[in-house]
Amino acid sequence: MEIDHSQPLEYSTEQNRLNILGFWIFLGAEIMLFGTLFASYFTLVDRTGNGPIGAEIFEITPVLAETFLLLTSSFVIGLGIHAMRLGNKKAMLTFFVITLLLGVGFIGFEITEFITYYREGATLQTSAFTSMLFTTLGTHGAHVTLGLFWGSFIILQVKNRGLTPETANKSFIFSLYWHFLDIVWIFIFTFIYMKGMT
Amino acid sequence: MGFFSRFLIPNPSPVIYSSMVAIGVTVLLIIVGLTHFKKWFHLWSGWLTTVDHKRIGIMYLISALLMLFRGGVDAVMMRAQLAVPDNKLLDSQHYNEIFSTHGVVMILFMAMPYIMALMNFVVPLQIGARDVAFPRLNAISFWLFFMGAMLFNISFVIGGSPDAGWSSYFPLAGNEFSPHVGTNYYMIGIQIAGIGTLMTGINFLTTILKMRAPGMTLMKLPMFTWSSLVTSIIIIFAFPVLTVALIMGTMDRLFATKFFTITDGGMDMLWANLFWVWGHPEVYILILPAFGLFSEIIPTFSRRNLYGYRSMVASMVFISIYSFFVWTHHFFTMGQAAYVNSIFSITTMVIAIPTGIKIFNWLFTMWKGRIRFTVPMLYSIGFIPLFTIGGVTGVMLAMSAADYQYHNTMFLVAHFHNVIIPGVVFAVLGAGTYYWPKMFGFMLNERIGKWAFWFLTIGFCLAFFPMYITGLDGQARRMYTFSESTGFGPLNMISFIGTALMAISFVLIVYTIYYSIRHASRDVSDDPWDARSLEWATHNPVPEYNFAIIPQVNSRETFWDAKYKGHELFKGDYEKIHMPNNTGGPFIMSCIFFVFGFALVFSIWFLAIIGLIGIFVCMAYRSFEIDHGHYISVEEIKETEAKFGGVSKWK
Ligand code: HEM
Ligand SMILES: [Cu+2]
Repeated sequence: MEIDHSQPLEYSTEQNRLNILGFWIFLGAEIMLFGTLFASYFTLVDRTGNGPIGAEIFEITPVLAETFLLLTSSFVIGLGIHAMRLGNKKAMLTFFVITLLLGVGFIGFEITEFITYYREGATLQTSAFTSMLFTTLGTHGAHVTLGLFWGSFIILQVKNRGLTPETANKSFIFSLYWHFLDIVWIFIFTFIYMKGMT
Repeated sequence: MGFFSRFLIPNPSPVIYSSMVAIGVTVLLIIVGLTHFKKWFHLWSGWLTTVDHKRIGIMYLISALLMLFRGGVDAVMMRAQLAVPDNKLLDSQHYNEIFSTHGVVMILFMAMPYIMALMNFVVPLQIGARDVAFPRLNAISFWLFFMGAMLFNISFVIGGSPDAGWSSYFPLAGNEFSPHVGTNYYMIGIQIAGIGTLMTGINFLTTILKMRAPGMTLMKLPMFTWSSLVTSIIIIFAFPVLTVALIMGTMDRLFATKFFTITDGGMDMLWANLFWVWGHPEVYILILPAFGLFSEIIPTFSRRNLYGYRSMVASMVFISIYSFFVWTHHFFTMGQAAYVNSIFSITTMVIAIPTGIKIFNWLFTMWKGRIRFTVPMLYSIGFIPLFTIGGVTGVMLAMSAADYQYHNTMFLVAHFHNVIIPGVVFAVLGAGTYYWPKMFGFMLNERIGKWAFWFLTIGFCLAFFPMYITGLDGQARRMYTFSESTGFGPLNMISFIGTALMAISFVLIVYTIYYSIRHASRDVSDDPWDARSLEWATHNPVPEYNFAIIPQVNSRETFWDAKYKGHELFKGDYEKIHMPNNTGGPFIMSCIFFVFGFALVFSIWFLAIIGLIGIFVCMAYRSFEIDHGHYISVEEIKETEAKFGGVSKWK
């Protein structure tokens, strides 16, 4: 592997540059995936059958907590990547761990939120609207959960192998993924919750 | 239903029982054969674990040929059933299952992998690369496709096939009207294969953007690579839509969600929309690479460079964007506002313009050329008039008011076969013949190949042209029989005869391969057709590393320039070459996907969970794995090159 030292570690080999471009393209596909979910959501949002409508079940507190946790985590992982660029492995690992902890908190709130909905009679099977709501939120939540595993594997690798072109590349790509989930959440927050509550 | 009764076929018949026996015997023969000839190790290390784009391409090719056979048998059975009025060969349920699996198998498991086969094999060679950007991901793509296809194919021996058509419209495809597991197979089999396809799109877009040989700007890309680039982009935009639609369909069937139900707010038209937002671009995912292939073949056998390169590229880009704005023409008659129909009517017809430009460019390429009538060229020449007829009937269908007459009749069936067979099937058969020596190091027999071409073409005309007439007279599609009094009998008989000729053509194609393996000369030159683009600058068959030295590109037809204008293609000396290692990971993970999919089809939850965990373990393992590939040493390269007589030819 030829390493180009004039570039940041994560860009320093040919394969690394390919990986990053490939991942951007993958994110393009993810945008289409979530875009389709949103489009379907808008189609079905008023088709509530005998079930509740959004305004009846949405609660502002857990949603705000989730938003706060995820947005902060996205900021923190940015700090992590900055630390990585400076070559400070310890700081980077700390930021990554904090990111994942915030992510765990997010998932925790989301689960309690789902349980509340369920108690209020909004289940996956209640109506087209609730099916769609749970699917959209669930797809995002599943992405975050997967990210928690992926992120921990990367932390272990950086810890054991140090900052190499390979681990730096993986960490950087993971940070792109994490930011992406954050952006998707902003859409969910605005168009599902805010719009649904008013 | 009891646990075991779900695995039974809903409507068993002697045909199905005998296929079960045939499958069992084949599997047994393969196992015995592999053991007897001690080929297990070779199979594993040479093929199942390979990451070489050429071998992956060849595996796609073999799968596609197998699926062409499977889909073809379905087609013959359908036409045999319709050959005479009031026929009792198949019952209605069986007919429903056959037209559904025929459609899916032909589009997704025959045409797609055939295109993927050629993309995999040709694109890296055309751009002078050593492999694709992500060789392992490429193996995952193939194996996911393969496992998805196999999962779909076992449906007719375990549990029953889908019976709601290849478009699987809800509520027909819901639990109420399709109670057995067939549609689960549809949803999950296609999902698994679809993920593989999406990965291929990402892989090839990255490859083409980043791995071109020095000097090869985008406007110097060979036409087939251009078409692959555009196709990859369509895949990346279209396939996620399918993924979502299939997830929602699966959930409706397995978890009783309410997306597409009639009660509780569900909306069946949402399925139709999502399906065709993917489905219409899908047909361009098939036809654009086919156009690319014709654009390689026609210049070679006209001894002339491609006419109108820029307009070819522009029309392709235009088509790819437009393909996303026409999907509603698939449900003109389902009760939408007239102005919606008008808009989609117009967008649909507009696509005929860039397509027409391409047709003229091919004609102009041939116009002043000196044409050699080889098998690939015959397919390309046959394509032009036949495809044009299909295009004209397409414009007829695009008139939404008139579509109330054609809708759901044999006219439509005739139309889309009229574009897809000359367009896609001719292209892949022609290109398969064209690239055969690159793949295997010997040529296919031309004489038998020409017979196959004529049987296919004449059979095609006999099989499908009568359907235009019966369709206009009102013969509905997806009907398992018709009565004597309709008068459709004789024309359907002609269709059946045509289908039989096409079946003979398939046998001839297989026979050419067999015959050529036995008799063809292994001493072919690297450039047997006197071709024009880079893939012909390396050896036949292509060595593992593709090019011993990365070529220098100076024009759109570098190789031609190297042969006839003294351009120096390979500069410098051999250097050691970096190659990726083989890995069993993709194969193993895809096998687990198969088990996972099977468990979902039958709602065997514990097995599904084990499968899911298995998939995660594979991914985790991959995440921790350290693998930097290996190098091929200069000595080894020299040895290999010496065996072929050296690269110095084009130096
Ligand atoms: C080998 C010659 C072929 C013959 C004789 C044939 C014949 C047929 C027939 C009789 C039908 C059903 C018509 C009906 O009752 O609705 C059909 C449907 C279909 N065919 Fe073919 N076909 C052939 C090749 C192909 C190929 C190469 C493709 C695609 C690459 C294809 C794609 C389809 C599709 C998508 C359907 C619609 C299935 C549905 O209604 O859900 N066919 N074909
Ligand atoms: Cu269409």
